[in-house]
Amino acid sequence: MGELLAGNSIYRNVYIWVEGLLPTGWQWVAYFVAGFTIMFLLLNAFLVLTMVYTYMERRVLGRFQGRLGPNRVGPFGILQPVADAIKLLTKEDIVPAVADRWVFNLAPVVFFVPTVLVLGVVPFGQNSFLADLNVGILYVLALSSVSTLAVFMAGWASANRFALFGSMRAVATLISYELPVLLSMGGVLMLVGSMSLVRIVEGQRIPFLLLQPLAFLVFLAGISAELNRAPFDMVEAESELVSGFNTEYSGMKYGLFALAEFGNVLVAGAIMSVVFLKGWEGPVLPSHLWFLLKVFFFAFIFVWVRATLPRLRIDQMMGFAWKFLFPLSLVNLVVTGAEVAVWPEATTAQLWVMAVINWVVAIVGVVVFSRLVRQRPTQPEVRVFSSAAPSGAR
Amino acid sequence: MEDYFRQYGLVAIFSVIALALPLTMLILSWLARYVRIRPYKPNPTKYSTYECGMEAVGGRWLRFHVGYYTFALLFVVFDVLAVFIYPWAIGLGGLGLVALGQMLVFIAILLVGWLYAWRKGALEWK
Repeated sequence: MGELLAGNSIYRNVYIWVEGLLPTGWQWVAYFVAGFTIMFLLLNAFLVLTMVYTYMERRVLGRFQGRLGPNRVGPFGILQPVADAIKLLTKEDIVPAVADRWVFNLAPVVFFVPTVLVLGVVPFGQNSFLADLNVGILYVLALSSVSTLAVFMAGWASANRFALFGSMRAVATLISYELPVLLSMGGVLMLVGSMSLVRIVEGQRIPFLLLQPLAFLVFLAGISAELNRAPFDMVEAESELVSGFNTEYSGMKYGLFALAEFGNVLVAGAIMSVVFLKGWEGPVLPSHLWFLLKVFFFAFIFVWVRATLPRLRIDQMMGFAWKFLFPLSLVNLVVTGAEVAVWPEATTAQLWVMAVINWVVAIVGVVVFSRLVRQRPTQPEVRVFSSAAPSGAR
Repeated sequence: MEDYFRQYGLVAIFSVIALALPLTMLILSWLARYVRIRPYKPNPTKYSTYECGMEAVGGRWLRFHVGYYTFALLFVVFDVLAVFIYPWAIGLGGLGLVALGQMLVFIAILLVGWLYAWRKGALEWK
């Protein structure tokens, strides 16, 4: 069984139980069964919780907007996600005649797979994970950038203007916000000295939300942009692009996009609770429940932000990434780097000093940079379109 | 060491399952057409490109704005920064102030490039 995997309680218990039933030389069966058990748990939890989250988002959003939200299917409307799933399954599947059929059909799969794969390294409770890779954070960030490709595949293959504009915007946004997200993780890695998500949870004597406020801010903003969530949902700005990159999708293919998009919010919540809020650790309640509470806390923040902030324009959005988040993440990197270089083995008291310094830097940095990049309202530009020139939509 | 590969083995199996899951969903929904759970009524108007009710005019794939290329180039330049920073960040606890100084020089060089891009207006969306 080995040392690393013996720290995994679900794996260990299943492995020992199955091994006892088998003759010697058949340990590989125990390996597969133990692995499949955790994968089964993960996938089912992912699908069920995503459904719960879609219901929660619509209800909470309804409350925010002074309406009821879905309340017809089942008691309090809790069967709404099931009804949606049935509706999507029984809808006619339309592929436009001019679409690039293979890429069109493959895009939802490419969009969905990385979402699920990220779950493989998330420690969802004490001693519970599928694999504790020593490159955990790198694995997570690498997979999360695959969705860019899928969005562009969808937009391009649809051969539809709205879809193409949506996906071009998506690629521009995603690559711009990728950078601050990557850099904001740097400070956390310095403090822990490892990329393994389990080590990151165990290395947090103080939650990194307190120790790395600037990194958290940058990460939250960057990840909302990567998830195509408001206020950064230029990709599918329904007032101008119908539905963005998935305009032409219907039926189960659209269902996969929607499922992955909502699931991504939970996955992002899981990553943020692991990195910034001590993951599964917490008093009294069992560790798995703590983890779920933290994930849904972040999910609620995403809904709250969506209900509160208006959508940004694309120039504001690019400016926000390159002129505000990028320098702030560098500031955080340099300040944390100096602190770690001075106190390589910080005591808890020194960590609190670091936290105070980081909060001061965060507040000063945000105020200074927001003044620096403030956009003053300008005179609207009067444009005359000639019939020969292609229209001005971007 | 063997355990190390076992972990990656689990991730490999998981990736196969993760790929099989959406493919199964798509295949099931495709099969649903033949058991009449899902309608299938082809019609040339239905399969035309969606254009808010109008007939689509012009080419299917349009030209797009050159600004996207600028941002892509910038991204490539600064993504390299992130690639170099990750191993440095993990080792920093044991490397001390010298490593910090070296990285500061590296970041300073890239910052000059960033300021240049800003001055040249490459960060503005026009």
